[in-house]
Amino acid sequence: MNALDPLLTKTVGGSVGQTMSRLEAWEKACGAAVYTGDMVLPGLLHGAVLTSPHPHARIRGYDLTAALALPGVKAIITGDDVEDRYMGLCVKDETVLARHKVRYIGEIVAAVAATTPEIARAAADLIRVDYEELPAVFTVEDAMAPGAPVLHEAFDAYAKIYDASTRTAPNELSNSRLVKGDVAAGFARSDVVVERVYETSAQYHAYLEPSVALASVDGRGKVTVWSSTQSVFRTQANLNECLGIPMAKIRCIAPRIGGGFGGKSESMVQPLAVALALKSGRPVRVVLSREEDMVTQRARHPARIRVKTGALADGSLVAREVEAWFDGGAYADDSPAVMNFALFFAAGPYRFDDVDIRGHAVYTNKLRSGAFRGFGNPQATFAGECQIDEVAEALGMDPVALRLKNLIEPGDRWIGGQVITNSGLRESLEAVVRESRWHERKTAAKAAPVPAASASGTRRGLGVALTAHVCGFLSTGAVVRLAQDGSIALNTGAVDLGQGSDTVLAQMCAGALGLTVDDINVVAPDTDASPYNSGTNCSRVTYMVGRAVSIAAESVRAQMAALAAGMLDCPEEEVELREGGLMGVRGGNRTVTFAQIAAKSLWFADGGGPVIGAGSVMHNEPLDPKHTLLSGMVSFDNVGAFVFGAQVADVEIDEVTGKVEVKEAWCAHDVGRAINPGAVEGQIQGGFVQGLGWALTEEMVWDGGRLANPTFHDYKLPSTLDVPHDIHAIVLEVPEPSHPFGAKGIGEPPLVGAGAVIANAVAAAAPRVRKLPILPERMLRALRFGEDGVGG
Amino acid sequence: MSGPMVAVQMTVNGEPVAVATVVERTLLDVLRDDLGLTGTKNGCGMGACGACNVLIDGVAHRACLSLAVTVAGRSVTTVEGLAEGGQPSVVQQAFLDAGAIQCGFCMPGMIVSATELLANNPRPSREEIRVGLSGNLCRCSGYVKVVEAVELAARRLPAR
Repeated sequence: MNALDPLLTKTVGGSVGQTMSRLEAWEKACGAAVYTGDMVLPGLLHGAVLTSPHPHARIRGYDLTAALALPGVKAIITGDDVEDRYMGLCVKDETVLARHKVRYIGEIVAAVAATTPEIARAAADLIRVDYEELPAVFTVEDAMAPGAPVLHEAFDAYAKIYDASTRTAPNELSNSRLVKGDVAAGFARSDVVVERVYETSAQYHAYLEPSVALASVDGRGKVTVWSSTQSVFRTQANLNECLGIPMAKIRCIAPRIGGGFGGKSESMVQPLAVALALKSGRPVRVVLSREEDMVTQRARHPARIRVKTGALADGSLVAREVEAWFDGGAYADDSPAVMNFALFFAAGPYRFDDVDIRGHAVYTNKLRSGAFRGFGNPQATFAGECQIDEVAEALGMDPVALRLKNLIEPGDRWIGGQVITNSGLRESLEAVVRESRWHERKTAAKAAPVPAASASGTRRGLGVALTAHVCGFLSTGAVVRLAQDGSIALNTGAVDLGQGSDTVLAQMCAGALGLTVDDINVVAPDTDASPYNSGTNCSRVTYMVGRAVSIAAESVRAQMAALAAGMLDCPEEEVELREGGLMGVRGGNRTVTFAQIAAKSLWFADGGGPVIGAGSVMHNEPLDPKHTLLSGMVSFDNVGAFVFGAQVADVEIDEVTGKVEVKEAWCAHDVGRAINPGAVEGQIQGGFVQGLGWALTEEMVWDGGRLANPTFHDYKLPSTLDVPHDIHAIVLEVPEPSHPFGAKGIGEPPLVGAGAVIANAVAAAAPRVRKLPILPERMLRALRFGEDGVGG
Repeated sequence: MSGPMVAVQMTVNGEPVAVATVVERTLLDVLRDDLGLTGTKNGCGMGACGACNVLIDGVAHRACLSLAVTVAGRSVTTVEGLAEGGQPSVVQQAFLDAGAIQCGFCMPGMIVSATELLANNPRPSREEIRVGLSGNLCRCSGYVKVVEAVELAARRLPAR
């Protein structure tokens, strides 16, 4: 860290760079915070859903007689109530609820609104659906087989945001490729070539607040929807697309949100609540039970990734070939983008001359897969970073030394052609190696190798992994307004899921205007009032929205300076911003307050009217087709800023039970600049632990098409006893020049490396397991029989 | 749900309350829907996550697994009842100061569990804290700052 860097010292207000409690922490600690499920409206009705018992079936009809006869039932919707209107980020393939067909067990086929939740539940269970069962496919291999049952017969007619012409089978929804150089030639000149298959399982987001939406319709037919969402604008767009309601008649609001992790990016139960409210004419709240949420919503993609790497005897990495299969489930959701994002990171942060990376996203008759913290990158990084260790082993090199020799450096280009402008990658790796005493531990381990059966019944292993990610993507805006008392209203439309973005945006706005966060009114996201924000995804809010806030705040500062110049009777260039809501004359002691400037603007004929600043940002970084050949990909023109990091984990393996326990972890991440360091630590620790769950215990298990473990009793989330307390968050700061305060996003990177670093630590002490999660039974099979878990 | 309504009197956050409910209703539903105490959350509805933890006569219970009628004559404390004179309790303040709160949905139950733990054991070891909070799932924090919050609260609480 360079303390003299202007981006690290740039702050007029005091709180940028300081750890501070979240603005809404107290209301959350005292139970006053209002989440959607806590809200009631006069005449509120309660929703319940009926889900499909079949993985693939044609719907021949519905019998609602008994359900409608139940006193208290006010409205029922089925596929017959909606039109062939489709929504979806990448492929528009989903209707409000199942129409014509069901494509997975758990797909919502009907919804009821009634005066009590109990009546709604009872009525939903009285609905009879006449199904004609169809053959189903539950694996990527079966879905791609010739003659496999087709999930979406009308796929070609669906609207898409990418080129789907490269598909090779009816159930393949996306087939993409990135090519640079000549991998065949690269492997030919390599001294060592390693090729392996790695697999990961479906992970459930497990946000503590299940899906919930509350919808109300006013006398003019305008719909207002409060819901648990990562983007009020995506919610609005989905409602517009699937229900045909003009956006001018859809208002979406986000109250407090109980976690998202990607799972609340796209449509959940909002369309059901709106359709029921429209049909009943009364406000309707739909809240899913935990089991319903697990069965009906979405998961992290199960992936199968074949990786081949070539290296010279001196440890120079030469060529990387990858073929990845992502199981998208029954609807596309974000699958093409997730799979493409995985490809983008499949060569890792290394200097490969020759790269050929191919990916497939495939429909199967299971729960849809979608965005989940890391967006495909955790799967790619698990495969890629495991393989780097396997190459190191083949070369007889230390895994750290192999990585240090091949790191991508500033000035190098990523496989999409993007130039790496700065990087804390080397510094991150050096930090975790130093803090974990990597070399001392490895030397000690080498001196005392693990016997076939150790005396203690346990083995310890130390592993390392690098993380490369991007923060950014898509468009965003901010509006900053000067209020009459000199305070500031900050309106961005960005939803705080709990990660603390409201606080960080307020810190940056306050910093830009010489105020404290108490002077900033952070306006709740509301499509009626907020500027567009694509969503709280892609680790993007601090980086992208922060830039928009800075532009808007600077506009407000400039407008205030012009007014202050008149009030202070000095040239505008001599007006300077001072801490505490003041503007003064440079070198003098005359000042005016923000309140006086606001009064001037609002009440005086020469005041010019309200002071309002706006900022809009879209990251634009055109790709160079001469650098990398891309086909079948969604746009990667606006990825954003690269975020690098390194992790080390120390694990203990119980040889009797097969249980793997992480004893300690070191996570160093280059965040550009920590706006709120304590919140950054929380992201690193929480992200790593979510990745730890994915690596060791969390697996959605399907019995045919049925989810076998749809409860928190059977799906094992990490508790306090399953995680180490010593998760050392090492916050590195290499300021990002494109951000006004040098900051980058850190929401996803801590999870990205977790699978790889834990698997590498396990492999340091035991036979390598190439499938996540490394459940005790997989670990035991590796210890007893050397099985790596792939295909099992 | 049907069946006769049962009158239930209990003390909630220090105030006597009387509700009429069918036998099958949970304490969680009565607190949230009848009494408007929405701080207590429903995270799983089957006793796995702990977001609905409340104190019944000082002992932490899952409100989603407790029938309201079983609480008759007893004293219930929810997250709304922890503040003292409008000021955060020592435990609440420690959660704020340690930066333990992210999305907040698990926090009412987590803070209730931490309050019970420290009432029984004002000087817990780190391992005792981890065990004491092991029935409360948090998806945001990774638990590091949550455990630190309880350690901070323990340091601030007067020795008994």
